[in-house]
Amino acid sequence: MSDTSFVRTEMLAEQDPPPTSVGVIGWLRANLFPNWWNAVLTVLCLAAIWYVLSGLLGWTLRSVWTAGSLSECREVMIATWGSTHGHACWGVINDRWLQLLFGFYPPELYYRPILALLLLIAALAPVLFADKVSPRFLYVTAAYPFLMPWLMWGGSIWTPVGVAAGFAVAYLVGRAPRGAVPGLVLGILSAIVWWMAWFGFPVQAEVLAAGLGEGLAAISPDTAPFWLETVESRKFGGFMLSVMIGVVAIGCSLPLGILLALGRQSNMLIVKAICVGFIEFIRGVPLITLLFVASTLLNIFLPPGTNFDIILRVMIMVTLFAAAYMAEVIRGGLAGLPTGQYEGADSLGLNYWQAQRLIIMPQALKISIPGIVSTFIGIFKDTTLVSIIALLDPLGLSNSIRADTDWNGIYWELFAFIALLFFIACFGMSRYSMYLERKLKTEND
Amino acid sequence: MQKSVFYGALAAAVVFGGAAGAATLDDVKARGNLNCGVSTGLVGFASPDASGNWEGFDVAVCRAVAAAVLGDPQAVEFIPTTGKTRFTALASGEVDMLARNTTWTFSRDTDLKLDFIGVNYYDGQGFMVPKALGVTSAKDLDGATVCIQTGTTTELNLADFFRVNNISYEPVPIETNAEAQQQYLAEACDVYTTDASGLAATRASFESPGDHVILPEIISKEPLGPVVRHGDNEWGDIVRWTLNALISAEELGITSANVGELSSGPTNNPEINRLLGTEGTLGDMIGLDSEWAQRAIMAEGNYGEIFETNIGENTPVGLARGLNAQYTEGGLIYSPPFR
Repeated sequence: MSDTSFVRTEMLAEQDPPPTSVGVIGWLRANLFPNWWNAVLTVLCLAAIWYVLSGLLGWTLRSVWTAGSLSECREVMIATWGSTHGHACWGVINDRWLQLLFGFYPPELYYRPILALLLLIAALAPVLFADKVSPRFLYVTAAYPFLMPWLMWGGSIWTPVGVAAGFAVAYLVGRAPRGAVPGLVLGILSAIVWWMAWFGFPVQAEVLAAGLGEGLAAISPDTAPFWLETVESRKFGGFMLSVMIGVVAIGCSLPLGILLALGRQSNMLIVKAICVGFIEFIRGVPLITLLFVASTLLNIFLPPGTNFDIILRVMIMVTLFAAAYMAEVIRGGLAGLPTGQYEGADSLGLNYWQAQRLIIMPQALKISIPGIVSTFIGIFKDTTLVSIIALLDPLGLSNSIRADTDWNGIYWELFAFIALLFFIACFGMSRYSMYLERKLKTEND
Repeated sequence: MQKSVFYGALAAAVVFGGAAGAATLDDVKARGNLNCGVSTGLVGFASPDASGNWEGFDVAVCRAVAAAVLGDPQAVEFIPTTGKTRFTALASGEVDMLARNTTWTFSRDTDLKLDFIGVNYYDGQGFMVPKALGVTSAKDLDGATVCIQTGTTTELNLADFFRVNNISYEPVPIETNAEAQQQYLAEACDVYTTDASGLAATRASFESPGDHVILPEIISKEPLGPVVRHGDNEWGDIVRWTLNALISAEELGITSANVGELSSGPTNNPEINRLLGTEGTLGDMIGLDSEWAQRAIMAEGNYGEIFETNIGENTPVGLARGLNAQYTEGGLIYSPPFR
């Protein structure tokens, strides 16, 4: 008997993995060329990407930036490359980018929309990034709905102050009586009375000046810091208009949508009927029809001389449209909650609104995030439809720019620029929703 | 029932609109500017420049009216309108007048309760084809694919023309002129048809305009003119005679260069004197001062000057006067006498 043992007594030294399965080569083999079939697909895809990019990048980069008209662009292209084919003429963007961004807003007042945008960021920050931004910024958020119109349209500061004060009055009065319904009714009534008093008798300036005393009266409410030069709605245009309509629609449609979704599930017959009717009606008609109602039909039915701002009308219509879709998205979230959640809330003795606020909505909204953000993105892109009712959003302006003999015949460059603007905004929203989903993920996995 | 309520409300709105519009002149004067409805953009006729100032052939009419009424050609608020919103904008009083390449037709003048106050451009529908196609007449277009804007009178005219000549075509529906240019250049269609002025402007924007020809056939009448609301005849008179003043000025040789000199004192041509207000009281009769026509002419020049600056042969649009020459030169542009 030999005592040959087949049991290894010493460990083999750890070896490096074969060079073909690590590093770049390894990654390539694992992901792009694992077998002949995938290798063929990879090569085909690379060829397709190369084909598209070579055309697109060449067109984008080998381009003319400084020409003042399309014919000038063509001359430069002929002089430089010998052909006009495959070269972009960015001169039109160079010439008109301010118009595409701000429409006909007076150039010396551009700081106002820019300031409004910065304030929008400050107002959104505490809402979007509640864990990173000081809650003190919420004051900006609260003031923003009143500041933004004042910055954009101008006029006396007492207008937004009066509107805001009306809400404050409604809140204070509405808290006084016991019970939600009388409080709501009293609050709304008191606000209406307040607004009628404030705007019916335009004496606020004098009254305030008298109230504040002689020293402060020197600061007239109709001069610089309290009075901004008015800008009429028809000067609004470009991407600024899209963002304004989009932000208002997005900001107002979420709360409205929540109320509509809850109303649709309500046991109260009339509330339910109103909500179902509203949602089904609005979802049943195209947005463009609503815009035509806003722009033309209302014009005929309102008494002549009524100055109901066209942009305001459009904002209301787009908001209502978005709210109906939002309600259905949120109803989907509500439907996704097990009945146990509702019963649990009841068993804790919470009333309806407490249960909604503390138990139901946080979960339902979390489930609905992708749908909500999809609706936001959709509605933001739908704002380009206003070009059909002759509001000069970027698409409407692209038509006006082409009507200039300098730029007649230019096409893709304008659309590429507008697409870039919208892509930045929509991609941002999409990334934020993914961030939010990750942050709110609570399941263990 | 529903329908009758709707029409009742519409009729009431029109009546009220008419009542309010009865004093458009007073409204304009009180407001201090003229609300003029223009196209959202049509080459040569209306377009905003980089700083947002509107210019063009139609825009010039607005400026002349503003100059006549308010004394300032810049006192105009240009309100862009689309083909779909233009008439409600006028009927509802949002604009005081439309100068927006609008074809004067029977139903628009009567049923829609508008008043066309004249014609500032005689247009007609034409065809453009690539020269390589070798077509010399629209009647050779049997079986052609035609790019055509949907929902316009051009679509109906085209159908009529092909039916009358017993030839067939295949329509390629498109939405805007810009889209048509792209489709046509990409050879998605053999023929592009729209108003001849639009064809000329489109052709001028091509890289090699010489490769495309506009066929001689003009298959429709498209008299384009300024429009006002029905029922306010005083205001209609002002707009009509402002346009006529521009036309007469060309006929009488009054230009933006010599209008100052000619109106400094009576000349030996009584019609010039009446027009420029150095003789007679024509201004009073339409509720304006005696120098209204001087200011209208000074704004952008007489009809011929406006034509040459915006769409004439020395501009990229490059339109010949053709039908739009003075009647003395074989055209149709003709103003009733100032007397």
